[in-house]
Amino acid sequence: MTRTIAAREGAGVVQVEAEVLGNVAAGAYRHLTLVTPGLAELARPGQFVALSVGDGTSSMLLRRSFSIHKVSPAGTYGGTTEIVVAAHGAGTRALTALEPGESVGVIGPLGRGFPLPSQPVPCVLVGGGYGSAPLFWLAEQLRERGCPVEMVLGAASADRLFGVVGARRVADGVTVTTDDGSAGVRGWVSDVVPDLVTRTGAGVVYGCGPMGMLRSLSAIADDHGIVAQVAVEEAMACGVGICMTCVMPVRGEDGTTTMVRSCLDGPVLRGDRVRWEAFEDGYCRVPEDAVGAPRAVR
Amino acid sequence: MGTPTTTGPVDMSVDLAGVRLPGPMMTASGCAANGREMHRFIDITQLGAFVTKSVKLDPVSGRGTPRMAETPSGMLNSIGLQGPGVTAFVEKDLAWLHSIGARVVVSIAGGTASEFARVARAVVRSRYASAVAAIEVNISCPNVANRGLVFACDPGGAHKVLTLVREEVPRGLPMLAKLSPDVTDIVEIADVVLRAGAHGLTMINTTLGVAIDTDRLRPHLAAATGGLSGPAIRPMAVRAIWQVAGAMREGRIRTAPIVGAGGVRHGRDALELVAAGASAVQVGTAAFNDPTAPHRVGVELERLVADHGFDRLADVVGIAHERFTA
Repeated sequence: MTRTIAAREGAGVVQVEAEVLGNVAAGAYRHLTLVTPGLAELARPGQFVALSVGDGTSSMLLRRSFSIHKVSPAGTYGGTTEIVVAAHGAGTRALTALEPGESVGVIGPLGRGFPLPSQPVPCVLVGGGYGSAPLFWLAEQLRERGCPVEMVLGAASADRLFGVVGARRVADGVTVTTDDGSAGVRGWVSDVVPDLVTRTGAGVVYGCGPMGMLRSLSAIADDHGIVAQVAVEEAMACGVGICMTCVMPVRGEDGTTTMVRSCLDGPVLRGDRVRWEAFEDGYCRVPEDAVGAPRAVR
Repeated sequence: MGTPTTTGPVDMSVDLAGVRLPGPMMTASGCAANGREMHRFIDITQLGAFVTKSVKLDPVSGRGTPRMAETPSGMLNSIGLQGPGVTAFVEKDLAWLHSIGARVVVSIAGGTASEFARVARAVVRSRYASAVAAIEVNISCPNVANRGLVFACDPGGAHKVLTLVREEVPRGLPMLAKLSPDVTDIVEIADVVLRAGAHGLTMINTTLGVAIDTDRLRPHLAAATGGLSGPAIRPMAVRAIWQVAGAMREGRIRTAPIVGAGGVRHGRDALELVAAGASAVQVGTAAFNDPTAPHRVGVELERLVADHGFDRLADVVGIAHERFTA
């Protein structure tokens, strides 16, 4: 069933036809477990996998990317990868409908994960909706390094939260917010994070979720003089760095802004490096001072 | 011909206007970045040639996002020729391709005919020029801010670009002109660029399209228009190759090798392009789904050629014209 397609020595990535081992409901989402030999050993929290939709005859050509929720190296099934999928369109509906025993094309691990602090500093981990998926694994690794971990899980409503029960196992404190007040504090994660950062003396804020949320986390981190490490999302066709569709304007160490591939240079980026002001109403323009930006005409 | 004989290996080599390639498979420009990323999945030195993303003289940021929309059996893109500029391309990307021993088709682009020529000069005069198997002149990118700059839609402009680039390209290095399907008569454009000195043709580039975001009721792409690619456009590629190869066979235009591109996902798709008249085949959008596709399709194509009883790929090139009796 599971078949390795490509795994070049030292490439740090594998391409497999993965057997679906499990597909269970998790609130409004589906939690998929995939048999992915070779992938688990390479993966780090914050990295992602790119799944194909259907077989080689599918009319949906582009891969769908999901952050890795969890990996289990070499067990009975030879290593598994778990992801959380929300059915948004035809492609994700097909993926959430996969039955155990069926197979799906998986490439991973992809991208750069969350950098871990070298000192045991308090950390605040913030997830929006199923964006929280990679944070539990991250929390475990942070605690292994002696970092106190606070988690904030936010969503529009209670059914769109992911992992509240699991969070209590891996974090020292958990705060839940919902827009409609159906669970936890009514409001946004940005309403509770500033106090949490102040109270815990956090050195890092980690975030994964919608871009608007990541933008406000970056602003909060700036206000507190600390760094936000955020896993961004931008539409990707391939996930492996060859299509150039998932770019966003990011300021480099030298201060120059380039349109970087979020699949290769991200998905985890320092919040203060992202040119958030370029994003507006679903579009992201190229800042005029970006390298190679079109000269103003008219 | 005739009796199937599947014993022995098939000679898959290609004569690309005097340059011998061990196999027909190439990446398609813009669909494999500049090699490193795909090399994680397949050994790109084993391809017939690796085709780079189009390089311009200066760095280009490309367009804003979204710059991609999935469509039935295809996608629209409006990348806008993002790239580092030819100096950085040569020092970083071409140097790396040279170091691993890849055969490279360098795709070049420009906003003016003289810019194309300057890019070509920088590539062929670089210290890594020995890796270059051909120059592909991208006169057909639809994602430029000024659509009037699509040279392949304008015979005069196309002629000027190819004439100026030819002056920079040394003897023995093939110059391929990449054509757009978005023209009234592609045979006319093919004729013009061959007269201007192109040694071969790459057909086809993407074709212009628009997708509307039906939630926001506005264009999905930040640039509104984008280039359509993927299996959805394969019949257009086969048609363009069929028409141009037909004109060559009838002696209406000069004979030159055709590199087929457009919607190739499996060996059978590649065989369609070859039978229509392509000597080599590029795999583009399919690599976004399967980064091993440029290699895999070649393996599938070789098996199909053998199954049809041929021991040379060259014997299948354009065979559909011979078998068409209308």
